[in-house]
Amino acid sequence: MAYSEKVIDHYENPRNVGKMNDKDANVGTGMVGAPACGDVMRLQIKVSDDGIIEDAKFKTYGCGSAIASSSLITEWVKGMSLEEAAELKNTAIAEELALPPVKIHCSVLAEDAIKAAVADYKEKKSK
Amino acid sequence: MMDITKNFFEFIGLPVSYTVDQSALADRSRELQKTLHPDRYAHLSDREQRMAVQYMSFLNEGIATLRSPLLRAQYLLSLRGIDTESESSTAVDPMFLMQQMELRERLEEIPELEDPYTELDALQVEVQGMLKALREQFAQNYQDEALSVATESVRKMQFLEKLVVEIERLEDRLDG
Repeated sequence: MAYSEKVIDHYENPRNVGKMNDKDANVGTGMVGAPACGDVMRLQIKVSDDGIIEDAKFKTYGCGSAIASSSLITEWVKGMSLEEAAELKNTAIAEELALPPVKIHCSVLAEDAIKAAVADYKEKKSK
Repeated sequence: MMDITKNFFEFIGLPVSYTVDQSALADRSRELQKTLHPDRYAHLSDREQRMAVQYMSFLNEGIATLRSPLLRAQYLLSLRGIDTESESSTAVDPMFLMQQMELRERLEEIPELEDPYTELDALQVEVQGMLKALREQFAQNYQDEALSVATESVRKMQFLEKLVVEIERLEDRLDG
């Protein structure tokens, strides 16, 4: 199956790969996985006191589309408010990367990951 | 007598259960492969020959399914209307995912180690141990009709089997 140029670009030069300290009160961590293909994705956000995402990091073990989806979403969420980030839709990722139907689930994984990271951050703050 | 609308277990003549007597499976497979061999149908009509080919391919798929611990578990769930192979659900125990992440990170660092083989073997042993535990849990839960717990075990097996593939790929790379 042919990957789009954007997928290849993100796959070959993934943005924001890395890990943040998940004990940090300003860091939210989202861990998601796709049982059907065994892909695992970790997405982390660092949030400023006024609720803006200052930084984002990810690590994905999976196919090119899963890596590209998570790489792209870390670029997008920087500078967003938590609300904006939580409203991101997988369809926007799939469209931007021109994912074929069989790879749509990779963009769903990225959407779930950012939602999980925002939820994790909020839960930490509420404690 | 032959009926491909039966499930693989019934077709091969074994009880529908996760625990499969592998030597009985081998014996039954050999018998059926002999009975169904297309050469025995060479003198029959085209239609009957086509049927024989169909039986044979059903049988081979059945043997492969019953031999593999993962395929067998997935198949047993599919008989109960549960599909773990194409579902897009991402709701997996976060602690388990964390562990999967760590195992994959360990694998990723192995090529840089001075003695990669020792760590690779240790990782393989660890992962096989986890798979064994999941298979035992699945057998018990499936038997007890605890299908949602059993399904969870299969999802975990799928992540670990993927990791086994990655471990073997690295083994090949180091050997190459």
